[in-house]
This record gives sequence, structure tokens and C-alpha cells, in this order.
Amino acid sequence: MTTWLWLIVPYVAFTSFVVGHIWRYRHDQFGWTTRSSQLYESRLLRLGSPLFHFGLLAVLGGHVLGIAVPASWTDAVGISESGYHLISVSMGTLSGLVCVAGLVILLYRRITVTAVRQATTRVDKLMYVLLVAAIGTGMLNTVGVNLLQGDYNYRATVSPWFRGLFTLSPEPGLMAKAPTSFQVHALVVLALLALWPYTRLVHVFSAPLGYLTRPYVVYRSRGDHLAARPYARAWEPPPPARPAPIVRMGRGPR
Amino acid sequence: MKLMAQLAMVMNLDKCIGCHTCSVTCKQAWTNRGGMEYAWFNNVETRPGQGYPRQYQDQDRWKGGWTLNKRGRLTLRSGSRFKRLLNIFANPDLPTVDDYYQPWTYDYENLLSAPAMDTIPTARPKSLITGEDTAVTWGANWDDDLGGGPAQIGRDPLLARVSRQVKLEFQQTFMFYLPRICEHCLNPSCAASCPSGAIYKRSEDGIVLVDQDRCRGWRQCVTGCPYKKIYFNHRTGKAEKCTFCYPRVEVGIPTVCSETCVGRLRYLGVLLYDADAVLAAASTPHEHDLYPAQLGVFLNPHDPRVVAEAERAGVPGDWIEAAAVSPVYRLIVDYQVALPLHPEYRTMPMVWYVPPLSPMVDALTQTGHDGEAAGNLFGAIESMRIPVEYLAELFTAGDVAPVRAALRRLAAMRTHMRAVNLGEPTQPAVAASVGLSTREIEAMYRLLAIAKYEERYVIPSAAVSQAHRLDALATGCSLNGDGGPGMTAFDAVAEKFHLTDTNGAGPNGKNGRINLLNWDGRNIDGLFPARAGTNEGGGRAE
Ligand code: SF4
Ligand code: SF4
Repeated sequence: MTTWLWLIVPYVAFTSFVVGHIWRYRHDQFGWTTRSSQLYESRLLRLGSPLFHFGLLAVLGGHVLGIAVPASWTDAVGISESGYHLISVSMGTLSGLVCVAGLVILLYRRITVTAVRQATTRVDKLMYVLLVAAIGTGMLNTVGVNLLQGDYNYRATVSPWFRGLFTLSPEPGLMAKAPTSFQVHALVVLALLALWPYTRLVHVFSAPLGYLTRPYVVYRSRGDHLAARPYARAWEPPPPARPAPIVRMGRGPR
Repeated sequence: MKLMAQLAMVMNLDKCIGCHTCSVTCKQAWTNRGGMEYAWFNNVETRPGQGYPRQYQDQDRWKGGWTLNKRGRLTLRSGSRFKRLLNIFANPDLPTVDDYYQPWTYDYENLLSAPAMDTIPTARPKSLITGEDTAVTWGANWDDDLGGGPAQIGRDPLLARVSRQVKLEFQQTFMFYLPRICEHCLNPSCAASCPSGAIYKRSEDGIVLVDQDRCRGWRQCVTGCPYKKIYFNHRTGKAEKCTFCYPRVEVGIPTVCSETCVGRLRYLGVLLYDADAVLAAASTPHEHDLYPAQLGVFLNPHDPRVVAEAERAGVPGDWIEAAAVSPVYRLIVDYQVALPLHPEYRTMPMVWYVPPLSPMVDALTQTGHDGEAAGNLFGAIESMRIPVEYLAELFTAGDVAPVRAALRRLAAMRTHMRAVNLGEPTQPAVAASVGLSTREIEAMYRLLAIAKYEERYVIPSAAVSQAHRLDALATGCSLNGDGGPGMTAFDAVAEKFHLTDTNGAGPNGKNGRINLLNWDGRNIDGLFPARAGTNEGGGRAE
């Protein structure tokens, strides 16, 4: 059971994450989009979306700090265990709350605004369930376990387990010792990662940082494919067809 | 100098009857798909009026186009690149579908399937977005034909800018139609605001397109375009825009809107321009100078140096030939009757308009005057402030002089042609007073009134003949230097309409002198008298 949950499931999720993205990037450029719903409704979105996204970015930063950076490193720069916990719990709670506030607004909007609700696909709904579960259990861990029950030093179990997966020296036993709420959080996030490439979450990987440096106006040549293209006047038979581009149009007519 | 070719359009507003055929055929061709129900790549709006989307010209609100920052550098009105990235999660300046209109259809099914009743079954309006019952309260041309009626007058952002007195005098109602497509700008702010770099300008023909595979749905371009000619497809999550019917023009046939235009008022042709000069022209400090600055970017296709440069730049031979007979060039540069739409947005738009003279003719006729007599018409153009100021807000950033000049040329054409048609003696002085010869006036009349298909649409096909490229290589560059004098269309214009003294207008012996009244501030050639004994009157000496 331990091997299954904390060794095989993570690697399956990572594989799905990586292979899924490569597959989608190569075969579905047209579907790779935020599919923003701001056109339908702007007021609530302008409130909820920045809260959610910036909160989530901060949460992500916190995870990198807590999981990727070993405790020995923070010790080395002179941050004590209790000091680290103070920082991580306070900052984590703050960014988590911002994120939750945004998520609540966005969910409210998605449910109450008809056009937005109707534009929600099945995979969107699954994604929302996992997202809510991931953020919910995460908040439970940060606020509930750390604050109310006293510190839990996840940097002795969860973090080394996670790093072990990447250094190819996995220790599934470490995770088995962690409290249930941490285990559930890890599993939900793994499920979300596995689903990631098949949802509109892919837009995370198009964060357009290149915009800061590229020239304002992009010129592109139309290419030489036209040189040899025959054109039939209306009264002539049409030229041999070129392979038609695949046309996809969202969800098609209702 | 970086010479490029651009496909451009001119519309003669006097001939638009507001039939919306162009909009409908365009919609059938390009946007009759899910997600684009509310989008009209071509729309026709009544001016004065709110436009589509509502009040899109109010850039204080929508933040479209460019502006000059404190240091005089060109920046997007919606903010720096960094600020735009920070706003990426929720665009504060994005119109929602209500600002366009809620697209709808009718429940026709009910007409056939309703059970027998005492009352006649109705076809209820249904929202095309949610499928639910909806109230129809606005549309893409809801204020059609209302003109400056009392309900509209406060809602047109342009009327808010003309002087108060003009507004008070707004008794003489006037209206005209303004068909609009994407301007395929030389300095497109839509492309500049796209974080993914998915919007590009084609280097061969200047058509601005959205790469559907690279668009990621950040919807910054919708804000960036001051003409609101980028539409967000809410089904696919990608931006879409007018394509200038590139699959058609590539094979030499006109765009759908031009082909089907009932008034035959659209002209398509090639313009050559200097891409390196665009940024400086778009950064011109004073808004009134933007129209002449854009003229200065176009190159004169009759100048052998321009032709040589075009060959060197790899422009195919049939494109160079097309540029020389371009109807668009004639209307914009030779006769100067076409004007750009909102040059103050600094995008250097490439769909230009011949302003309508008819409102003035009608007003004259209604007051019992002969609306086509030269004296009356010229007088009306001078004295009728309302239409002229309004047109100036549309076409020249509020500068009435170029609008008056264009209207005077149209008026001269009307008077002259009336005399010709009635067999009365013509008055060459009328033509001369607007800087044209009677032959030119008649040529302009032919182009504006009776030009055939092949004269209105001069579109070289995109199939590139490689052989031509080879001889172009051998020709090499015979340019004296970048931006050498006399190459730009502006110089041709300046000569023609007495902006300088080089056309024989100066006093004896001072022919190369610059006329300070019209000095464009570009160079100092001719500003100082020639040294005795030399003939260096200036760069423009004949
Ligand atoms: S008019 Fe066309 S080219 Fe110009 S900014 Fe708008 S969408 Fe871009
Ligand atoms: S088809 Fe021509 S005449 Fe009719 S509305 Fe369009 S531009 Fe005007």
C-alpha cells in the first residue's frame, strides 16, 4: 500500500503531467488557451481573479521554500526551526486566505452568472473540484494542523519524500508517517497534476514573460507556399485540394 | 529606409447608403460561427451615433491605441508592458458582451410546434449566448439612421469634444454612414499589446492577422485596438479579427465587403511606405500633425528611386506596377480627398475615407439654395461648422483645415462636372482654386463616380515570380541615401498643394526657398539663402 500510494501514484501523475503537456503542446496548439470568461462578466472577475492568481503564486512560492529547500539549508543561514515555522505559517495563512477569497468569488461567479456557468465544461468541473480540494486541504494543514494542534514538522517527512522522488532515491515510508490531512493533500495535488495537461490550466506554461523584451510590432512573412499555388477562376475546375487544416470550434452548437 | 508594401482601402462616404450588405456578407463569410455571434468584422454605424461597440471612441474609458508618455515616447495608452502583465489576470479595460450587444435569435420552432390556441404563437427572442429568454435592448446598429437625434446627441463621444456652441447649434441635423473594418494599421497597437506575440503584420502585404495557434486568450489586444476591431471568441478562447480576406486578395480578388458593396464605394490598392519612418511619424508631438506625418511615410511609386528601392527590397514586379496605378494612392496622395480615421490614436490606420459632402449639399438645397453651385458650396464649407468640425474629429484629430480642403475639392468636382453635363461653360478657375487641373478633376470624377471593377480594385496576386527577384538583384540600389528628398509621397503632395516654393510659386531667383508658413519642420534645406555664386538654394532645387 505504501509503495502504491507514495511511489507508484506520484510517478504516474508526473508522467501524465509531463507526457500530457508534450502531447498537448504538439497536437493541440489551438486548444491551448486560458478560455477566459471575462467577456461575459467583468466586475466579479476583476475582483476575484487577481486575488486568486496572486494568492496562488504566493502559495506556490511557499511550497518551493518548504519542500524544495531542505531544512539544513535554512539552518545554515541561521533560521531556526521555530522561526521558520513562524514565517511559513503566517505567510502561508495570509497568501492562502487571499487565494481562498479569490476562489470563493470566482466560484460564486461561475455558478450564478448563467453565461459563465454554461461555458463550464465537464473537465472544468472536475478541475474545480480538485482545485477546491487541494486548496482546502492545504489550508487545513497550514491553519488547522500547524496553528491549532501545534507545529507539525513536515520538513522531516513530506519534503524529503517529495525531493526523493526527483533524486530517484524515493522513500515512500516517510510519507506514510505523515498525518492523514497531509497525505490527503498530497494525493489531491497529485491528481490535479495528472489532470493538468488536459485542462485549461495549461495556460500557466504560457506565462508571457517574453513580452517584456520583444519588439512591439511583430512582422512575419507569409512564406513561399503561395508561389506554386494554382488558382481557379470561378468557371474553372478547382485546383487539387491541399490538406485541409483541422477546424475545431469549442463546444459546437448547442 | 525599409520599404514595405501595404494593401490599403479607401471608402467614399458620399456613396454609402447604409444598406449593411458589406456587414452581412462579411458575417456570412467569417463570423457565422459559435463564439462570434456578437462580432462584426465589418460594421456600418450611423454618425453621429454611439458606434459599435458602444462609445468605443472614448479612449479615456477603453484605453485603446497609443499615447505619448512624459518623455514624448510612444507607449500604449493602457500602460507599460509591465503594467499590462500585472493586469493579465483581469483586464480592467475590457468591454464585455453588453458593450457590444447581447446577440439573439428567435424561437421560430414555437411558431410551428405550438398547439392550437386562441392567441397567435410568437417567436420569442432567445440569447445566443445562454439560450435563455432575453430582452432585445441593443444591437450592432441599433441607432441606425437616428443621426444626431435628441436621444443620441449626448452619447456620441465625438460630439462631446466639439465646441459647446456647436452643440447648441445642433439644430441642423446631419448624418452619414461610416462602414468600418480593421484598419490594418502600420503601427498596430493590437499587435503591440499581445503578450504572446500572436498578432503579426505580414511583411509582404501589411495585413494584420492573429495566429490562432499562438494566441493564448490573454485578451489584451481587445483593449489595445482603439477601433475595437479585435473580437474575443468566447467559445474557442482566442482573439479573432478582420483578415482583409487574405485568401481572396492573395489570388487577386477583392475582399468580400468590397466585392459586395452596393454603393461601389470601396477602393483597394497597394501603397509603398517606409517602415523605418513609422515610429517617428506615430510619435509626432502635435495631434494635428499626425495626418501629414502619415502622408510623409508613404513613398511615391512614380519615383524611379522608389521603384529601384522596391526592387531591392524584394517587392515583386507586379506589386510595383500595381502601386503605380493604385486607386488608393491617387485618392490619398494625388487628390488628397481621402483622410485617415482617427489619426490621433497613433496606430497609422490604413483604411481611409473620403469625407461626405452630401450633408452640406442637402442642407443648402433644403434652405432653397442651389446646392451644387460653386459659390454656395464653398461658402457652406466655410460657414457650416457643425459637419466640418465633426468630420475633423473623425478624420484629422480635430483639425478642420484638411477636411475643408478635401470637401472643397469634392465641391469643385461637383460644380465642374455639373457644368460639363449640362453643357455649360466650365470654369477652370474653380479647379485651379483647389490645386487641381480640369483634367485631374475629371480623372478624379471618373475614379470616384464611374470607375469599373478593375480600376477600383488593383490587387496584385501573391504568387511571387522568382524570375523577377533575380533581375531585381542585378539592379542594385540606386538610392542617394536613406530617405533622400523627394521620395516620399508627402513631397509630392507638398509640391502640388503649394506647401513649398519649389513649384515655381517663389519669387524670382528664390525658387528653392521654403515657404515658412507651411514649413513641416523636417529639414532646414532652403531655409537659408544660397551663398553668392552657387546655386544651392536647398535640397529641393529643381
Ligand atoms: S485597427 Fe486592426 S490593425 Fe489597427 S490596432 Fe485595431 S485590430 Fe490592430
Ligand atoms: S455595402 Fe457599401 S453601401 Fe452598403 S453599407 Fe456597406 S459600404 Fe455602405
